Amino acid sequence: MSATMTYGETLDVSQTAPIPMSRLVRVELRKMADTRAGMWLLIAIGAITALVLLIQIWVGAAQDLHLTFHSFLTSMSIPMGILLPVLGIMSVTSEWGQRTALVTFTLEPHRSRTIVAKLYCSVLLATGAVALALLLGVLGNLLFAAVDGGGPVWGVPVAEVLGFFLLQLLGLLTGFTFGMVLINTAAAIVLYFVYSFVLPGLFEWGAQTIGWFHDARPWFDFNFAQGPLVDASMSGKDWAHLAVAGVIWLVIPLTIGLRRVLGAEVK
Amino acid sequence: MIKLEGVTKTYGGFTAVDDVSFVAKAGRVTGFLGPNGAGKSTSMRIMVGLTPADHGTITIGGLRYADIPNPGRHVGVLLDASAQHAGRTGREVLALAALTMGLPESRVDDMLQLVGLSESESKRRVSNYSLGMRQRLGIASALIGDPSVLILDEPANGLDPAGIHWMRSLLRGYAERGGTVLLSSHLLHEVEMIADDMVLIGRGRIVAQGTKAELLQTQGTFVRAEHPQKLAAALAEAGIKATPSGDGGLRTDHEPLDVGRAAAAAAVVLTELRPAEGAGLEELFLELTADDARDDVTEGVQA
Repeated sequence: MSATMTYGETLDVSQTAPIPMSRLVRVELRKMADTRAGMWLLIAIGAITALVLLIQIWVGAAQDLHLTFHSFLTSMSIPMGILLPVLGIMSVTSEWGQRTALVTFTLEPHRSRTIVAKLYCSVLLATGAVALALLLGVLGNLLFAAVDGGGPVWGVPVAEVLGFFLLQLLGLLTGFTFGMVLINTAAAIVLYFVYSFVLPGLFEWGAQTIGWFHDARPWFDFNFAQGPLVDASMSGKDWAHLAVAGVIWLVIPLTIGLRRVLGAEVK
Repeated sequence: MIKLEGVTKTYGGFTAVDDVSFVAKAGRVTGFLGPNGAGKSTSMRIMVGLTPADHGTITIGGLRYADIPNPGRHVGVLLDASAQHAGRTGREVLALAALTMGLPESRVDDMLQLVGLSESESKRRVSNYSLGMRQRLGIASALIGDPSVLILDEPANGLDPAGIHWMRSLLRGYAERGGTVLLSSHLLHEVEMIADDMVLIGRGRIVAQGTKAELLQTQGTFVRAEHPQKLAAALAEAGIKATPSGDGGLRTDHEPLDVGRAAAAAAVVLTELRPAEGAGLEELFLELTADDARDDVTEGVQA
């Protein structure tokens, strides 16, 4: 506070720039890591992924399996696929559970900008996760080659790395969407686990017993539609499946959630 | 300057804020006073766009809140000191605010010092803060952007007497430099100490507003006698309408001279006779708000 400040009855905002999106993204990134819950989740993602890798090397060496860079990438997508969506959920719901939305939406009254910043943040984190997975994959592959005695086998096509990235991104966004729809951490995590562990079983059962269900499944089963991404075998039709299922599981709920968040009373 | 015009907000059939209009002027501390549940917090949330109003307009310095770029630099807001992530440290809460507003990290230290949170306290998580410490942290985050308008909901809540004294001089200094300060309270005493102007709200409606001096000024006489019943009878005899007012005294709209003459004529011994100004805002506040509250209580008892 300068001692000379004087204010009139009107605000002079001519010298004030709106908050740039880049700054909002930095704020959101920082918010993901500056609480104990957020920090431990990030650490857990890294640690569990590394642990899976070590177990894989150990089992692979003990059983004399043929492990390649590709095998390591595939197995790492499992723990990441479970934990990244939780990160997506928490980036949205912690604002409500901890009532920080009161401050967040006061400092940036255009709520959609904050939501967009959180989305960018999700993309950045998915990118970071993929980079970490690649790094761990390289280390794992070298370590395995050293333990196993043979030369490391690389040869992972770029399309497969991109598919891996897309897979992690869709997982994060699915969590984000569930968070936006339910605005409650526990409920959104439960919904996510039902979606990723219970629903596939039900859909599988339906597909095996009902003929039309089997044919229609790729169009609405988002997990199933993401299957070909894992080994980068996406055909044109697979992309269409992914797009339609994506509209059902991401676009529509995200739109509903966004409308709710934009109009909601923040207490 | 904060200007509300005809602001109304209803929840179902319940009108939380009912046609509220008032102005909080620059260079003055405006106290927004009312009992709990009178609509103060809802009004304040409406001011900063957290709650959509059904009717009415609100401008802050001539602008809608949503049209103020980087609003933290112009309007300092404290709505609920508990609305902080319990897992963040006090310092981190301020650092996030500074980062959002594009302020240097040094502002965080300035604010911690200003509100009297020590280095070690600032490194503790908010979950370990007392209400008073949260309140100081909330005031720090409202002030960090060096705003010219302050909107503070119950800022004195949880502060000890020294803290209230500190806040009073802080806000007074703000207003003296030309800032606009609007603070709410359900305690008359707090507002009476800090505010220049007062807006009284009860059941969502503005029941009185004006400068503190205007609102303090009440006409009439306060009188007390050795035998209250004799005094009441004497006044009734003289055609002076009086109502009981605290500790056996009576209050009337008539001048002290008339009251004294009536008492003298009936040979009633007075122990106190004075203009009623000293009774202050307390009675006004009770009168204006307790009507509603008392209705509630009796209705509740009968029901």
